[in-house]
Amino acid sequence: MTQYVHQPLFLTGDEFTIDTFSLLDPEGELYEGASEPALERDHARRLYQAMLATRILDERMLAAQRQGRLSFYMQCTGEEAAVVGATAALNDADMIMAQYREQGALMYRGFSIDEFMNQLFGNELDYGKGRQMPIHYGSRKLHYMTISSPLATQIPQATGYAYGQKLAGDGHCTLTFFGEGAASEGDFHAALNMASVHQVPVIFFCRNNGYAISTPSTEQFAADGIAPRAFGYHMHVIRVDGNDALAVFEATTQARKIAVEKNQPVLIEAMSYRLAAHSSSDDPSGYRSKEEEEIWRAKDPLLRLQKWLVKKGWWSEEEEAAQQESLRREVLDTLKRAEKRPPPPLDSLISDVYADVTPALQRQLDQLKRHIRRYPDAYPKGAKSLDLDVDTATDSQGDA
Amino acid sequence: MPTMNMLQAINNALDIAMAEDEKVICFGEDVGVFGGVFRATSHLQEKYGKARCFNTPLVEQGIIGFANGLAAQGSVPVAEIQFADYIFPAFDQIVNETAKFRYRSGDLFNVGGLTIRTPYGGGISGGLYHSQSPEAYFTHTPGLKVVVPRNPYQAKGLLLAAIRDPDPVLFLEPKRLYRAAVGDVPEEDYQLPIGEAEIVKEGSDITLVGWGAQMEVIGKAAELAEEQGISCEVIDLRSLLPWDEDTVAESVLKTGRLIVSHEAPLTGGFAGEIAATIQERCFLYLESPISRVTGLDTPFPLVLEKEYLPDHLKIFEAIRESVNF
Ligand SMILES: Cc1ncc(C[n+]2csc(CCOP(=O)(O)OP(=O)(O)O)c2C)c(N)n1
Repeated sequence: MTQYVHQPLFLTGDEFTIDTFSLLDPEGELYEGASEPALERDHARRLYQAMLATRILDERMLAAQRQGRLSFYMQCTGEEAAVVGATAALNDADMIMAQYREQGALMYRGFSIDEFMNQLFGNELDYGKGRQMPIHYGSRKLHYMTISSPLATQIPQATGYAYGQKLAGDGHCTLTFFGEGAASEGDFHAALNMASVHQVPVIFFCRNNGYAISTPSTEQFAADGIAPRAFGYHMHVIRVDGNDALAVFEATTQARKIAVEKNQPVLIEAMSYRLAAHSSSDDPSGYRSKEEEEIWRAKDPLLRLQKWLVKKGWWSEEEEAAQQESLRREVLDTLKRAEKRPPPPLDSLISDVYADVTPALQRQLDQLKRHIRRYPDAYPKGAKSLDLDVDTATDSQGDA
Repeated sequence: MPTMNMLQAINNALDIAMAEDEKVICFGEDVGVFGGVFRATSHLQEKYGKARCFNTPLVEQGIIGFANGLAAQGSVPVAEIQFADYIFPAFDQIVNETAKFRYRSGDLFNVGGLTIRTPYGGGISGGLYHSQSPEAYFTHTPGLKVVVPRNPYQAKGLLLAAIRDPDPVLFLEPKRLYRAAVGDVPEEDYQLPIGEAEIVKEGSDITLVGWGAQMEVIGKAAELAEEQGISCEVIDLRSLLPWDEDTVAESVLKTGRLIVSHEAPLTGGFAGEIAATIQERCFLYLESPISRVTGLDTPFPLVLEKEYLPDHLKIFEAIRESVNF
């Protein structure tokens, strides 16, 4: 019902601030008044182990990038609790549409170190066939949509995917991850509006890590973060401590309930910090202080969850040491194998553009093959999958 | 004369333009304190303040929409789009708004002050989304100017011309050459003409046309051909919209042969436009079919990038085929 007032009344939104949901203190103790989420021993261990494995993979692969073995890398460091905590609250068959910094989600779902490496090196076993930069993973089996670099494009797609899930009535939802920077894109706003208008089971998960490359969140938005935007779209929203895996798990568990039981979208804003550089090409010392980083290093999400697990008797120092050691070894062994594997075959240049290779593409490839046979040394990767003795006349088209 | 790389030349041009005219305003993602992810706007915020050089939120359609409004008001915005691959969220603002402002208002309003700078092109291990050459989408849009420099000297002179041009200009910067291309650049203010090609090397047997990063590759191919006694005329188009038909046509009337090369896919690429025009103007003088050496009709790959790209060997083979036709 419309309420009339007779003095001009402007609101700014400062009337509402959104509190941050947190369960574990930095010492791994439950806050007073907090209750433990329904998280069983094995589930909790799986969550933590995925966070740990993500940290180790990231450390090793950044080192490999520094040695020049890899062209590019991006770390999840500092945000493992947000990413893995959210994933652990989903059904493993729920769809995840990530931005790019969410390898923790794949780790949790069981993407093998081999699978990570094959994509990182773009070798013949890379599901993406060596077309994308490292870290643009995808897995149909694990319900993880292949990453696309243009930011925020996955957010309205998540709304559409989830609408299809609702129609299919399979009880699944979609969770899409994005940064507070990407939330500035038009696609974000379109996605939230359509999701609330059409009552779609989608979870919008914003990783507010303080920076979009060099741009601090104070230059990204003027309001109290991303969460208040949900009000404008009449959407459930919760802000959560992104360095507290338990709180993220609990918030996402409940968000999922709202999504699949009521077919309503939910926005989650996880407050965290990008501890590492934006990518291996970035140097954060140009735009932020070491002191600021240290403050957040002290809030390491791994340590917090680990302390809680140890107190419960679900994890031990010995296990920690053994796990770290075996993960490091596995990453190194797998890395050596993956980097030696051949590149994708030359024919993969023209496959998957369309469902079927068009005659024009076939002609272009045949011409390229003839060229590479003439200069095999100039194209060592392409020449690898070519039989250099083959008469060029056996190509599907004669000389162009 | 100081030597500069392309980034320094661009930075220098922006510095000169901002010093000369306080209406010149630079903005984009990470353009402020950090100076842009490639550092083209280094120190500009320090020098000219946050009101004239700043970070925008991460929204390309917002950046260009904002720039359109700002230019309509009479300011001179130089907006950076971080990679040409990410210009597409702003496509509507550019092709429907920037390009049509003057026409639809009967010249009541225009956004002539606007320059959009963006790094484009491959050869940097960037894969699908950090390597595209999207010039052809924009050359199909009357009302825009599209300019592509090939070295630091051009980058400075053409960028200053673009900023002062009465029409909006899309300025595509070959990022592979940002640090790799180094050369003499006059310290003072100068402009190079938009719409005029440059004959980089005179020759008599065949004309080779390109722009931006592809010029380096074309130059190498021409050297290989010269070793075989084939004399190449090499033309850098420098601006694609409008493009200098006369210079290319005159050259082809002389050589009777033409090869156009670009990194973008073949179909619908700008080489097709040039080939069609030159075929109309020089038909009776052509001694072999005009040929195009381009990227494949596929998205940009990563691991097989070298195979995908039109390089000096592919152009050299095309020269041989053309001459032996
Ligand atoms: C449409 C688009 N514009 C620009 C970029 C370049 N870019 C890549 S990552 C990035 C910053 C993203 O920041 P945020 O969304 O906060 O995520 P974070 O990196 O902090 O995890 C930018 C500007 C891009 N990939 N896509």
